[in-house]
Amino acid sequence: MTFLSGRSLATRRLVLQGIGSVALIGFAPALAAANDPYPEDAFKQKSDTDAIKALYGRPHEGSDKVKLDAPEIAENGAVVPVAVTTSLSDVTSISFFVSENPNALAASYRIPEGTVPAVANRLKMAKTCNVTAIVESGGKLYSASKEVKVTVGGCGG
Amino acid sequence: MRIPRRDFLKWSGALALSAGSARRARGADSPSLYDLGTFGDARILHLTDTHAQLRPVFFREPSVNIGIGTMAGQPPHLVGKAFLDRFGVSEDSAEAYAFTSLNFEKSALRFGKLGGFAHLKTLIDHLRDDAGDKNSLLVDGGDLWQGTGHANAMQGADMVEAANLLGIEAMTGHWEFTYGEAALRANLARFKGEFLAQNVFLTEEAAFNDAKAFDPASGRVFKPALTKELGGWLVAVIGQAFPYVPVAHPKRFTPDWTFGIREAELQSLVNSLREKDKADAVLLLSHNGMDVDLKLASRVSGIDVILGGHTHDAVPQPVAVKNAGGTTLVTNAGSNGKFLGVLDLDLVKGKVKDFRYHLLPVYSELLRPDAEMQALIDRVHSAHSKAWTDRIATADRLLYRRGNFSGPMDQLICDALRHELDAEIALSPGFRWGNTALAGQPLTKEDLLAETAITYPETYVQSMTGAQIKDILEDICDNLFNADPYYQQGGDMVRVGGLSYVCAPAETAGHRIADLRLGNEQPLEAGKSYKVAGWASVNAQDGVPAWDVLASYLRAGNTITPGGGAVALRGVDGNPGISNQG
Repeated sequence: MTFLSGRSLATRRLVLQGIGSVALIGFAPALAAANDPYPEDAFKQKSDTDAIKALYGRPHEGSDKVKLDAPEIAENGAVVPVAVTTSLSDVTSISFFVSENPNALAASYRIPEGTVPAVANRLKMAKTCNVTAIVESGGKLYSASKEVKVTVGGCGG
Repeated sequence: MRIPRRDFLKWSGALALSAGSARRARGADSPSLYDLGTFGDARILHLTDTHAQLRPVFFREPSVNIGIGTMAGQPPHLVGKAFLDRFGVSEDSAEAYAFTSLNFEKSALRFGKLGGFAHLKTLIDHLRDDAGDKNSLLVDGGDLWQGTGHANAMQGADMVEAANLLGIEAMTGHWEFTYGEAALRANLARFKGEFLAQNVFLTEEAAFNDAKAFDPASGRVFKPALTKELGGWLVAVIGQAFPYVPVAHPKRFTPDWTFGIREAELQSLVNSLREKDKADAVLLLSHNGMDVDLKLASRVSGIDVILGGHTHDAVPQPVAVKNAGGTTLVTNAGSNGKFLGVLDLDLVKGKVKDFRYHLLPVYSELLRPDAEMQALIDRVHSAHSKAWTDRIATADRLLYRRGNFSGPMDQLICDALRHELDAEIALSPGFRWGNTALAGQPLTKEDLLAETAITYPETYVQSMTGAQIKDILEDICDNLFNADPYYQQGGDMVRVGGLSYVCAPAETAGHRIADLRLGNEQPLEAGKSYKVAGWASVNAQDGVPAWDVLASYLRAGNTITPGGGAVALRGVDGNPGISNQG
């Protein structure tokens, strides 16, 4: 790849995004290790309700300030692109739950102070179910949910 | 086939009188039905889902098209008598024949075939001529390049030629994508109009690898919209491709592209066309399907009219949907070249003041075929004339496909699959295209291809457990009857042979299918394995193409076997999407 071609705004943005994701994944356990323990118990829970309880231990409320971007019907259940952005301030974590996966908690990101609260990742989904994103902002929990359908495919039209 | 013209002439005479006898003098090129006069500033002509039917066709509209939840009893989920009542169409009229399944066989003999590109060309030229130079636009909603053996063999190239001659200025796509990126781009290089799709993006991997895109910054693969000055006003047309191409078809055709409804991207595009480009009217040329369009119209604001397709619903009047910004009209213009949508707009600065909409049936008996288009069609057909026009069999009954659950054409295909591939159960996709054959009509290779011509026609035989079979039926049934249209894909139910079941469309996913039984009435056992034959799989297969299986079954003198593939419905009594008549 060359950065001299001039056409690569998108490419560069993607590279940066890529680095951002890697950094989050890479540093999160380290930060967690420094501050509090890896949420082993939360990752072991079967249902989303139990996983949310184990991870945060307090109630969440739906908010239109949490923008959850996920497809209605997944093009490939093995890699479903799911992203969260939010206009909420003072965000400290963003977590993803897939209600019908064997273990509902799919990922939890620590958001360091001064970071734009936006996370994009790919989730493996066993079957059609709700994806829930929780944003921790100012110590409170806000959420958004969307059903993502995983289908065997085949059409009609 | 001989069409007794007497009935049709009597009928057209009646219409001519009602529209003013002066019009009649203009002759067979423009009988009064097609003299709409002029209205407003801009005339938009809309074709959709022609499925490459260059020549006029018989096509029976569905007698079963069930709407569930808020869609129950609402257009487009009205069939037969309920359709006539809703839209004020009289029984036994030519319109009743064009729009419904009522008395289809009798009416087919009276009113003849519909559509055909040479006939469409005459009609379109006439309507554009009436509107005046520079006041009209011709758009196509997709599924233009697929549906015949010719189109399949030429990867749609014949249809690009026909589209250019017809004067199509913008189109979007669905089956177009199943020829793969190289063939699609080669066709688009020859296409004189614009291919529009706001909802097709590069996958992140493809973007990273510098794959070709219309707009590398956003990843949009195609131009999303065009604007054109019509009658002194700026009209914007946005393209919306079928949102579920990689789900409904093998992913290998579109590995670099990702689709979806893309509501948020659409809203910002509408806003930008309104605010930045100062469009006076914004239209969405959509291949979403009508239920999806109706929901979208309630959530996205700033679109004046959605010109819809995909679900092949011939809806005579637009449905007005309220949203945050005002009202959006939603149309759907049928299929197979049977209809031409005519939208006349009366515009003022920044908005549509008034409109007229007609969904004109294209009666081939009433339109003189355009000579140049006819020559093109004859040339396309001459490529395979001998091999594809020999009689293979004769239709022993009315053969049609369209309907939510089954039709005799697909029963025939399922019987052919079971018999030729020696399987207990057959599965065949619920496509909404595929012509109708009248009893006594010869069936040629070309006719069989019109039911099966796709780029993944390979048959398969595999072992499936009863539980797997039920899961497949449940999954596809949810694509058809999910109460939320955004989770539907728009086809009909998979057809079954050697299997019967009970279906409750109004139930939730996983709970609609029950009482599965084999042809001999034995219950299907969840844990037992069965030999299943099928075709059009999203996974790569290597069996004989479906058209050859069907041809060899028919050549041996076989027909539909009694008692194969029955579906009993539960919980939808009285639904006006079901007609028990004709």
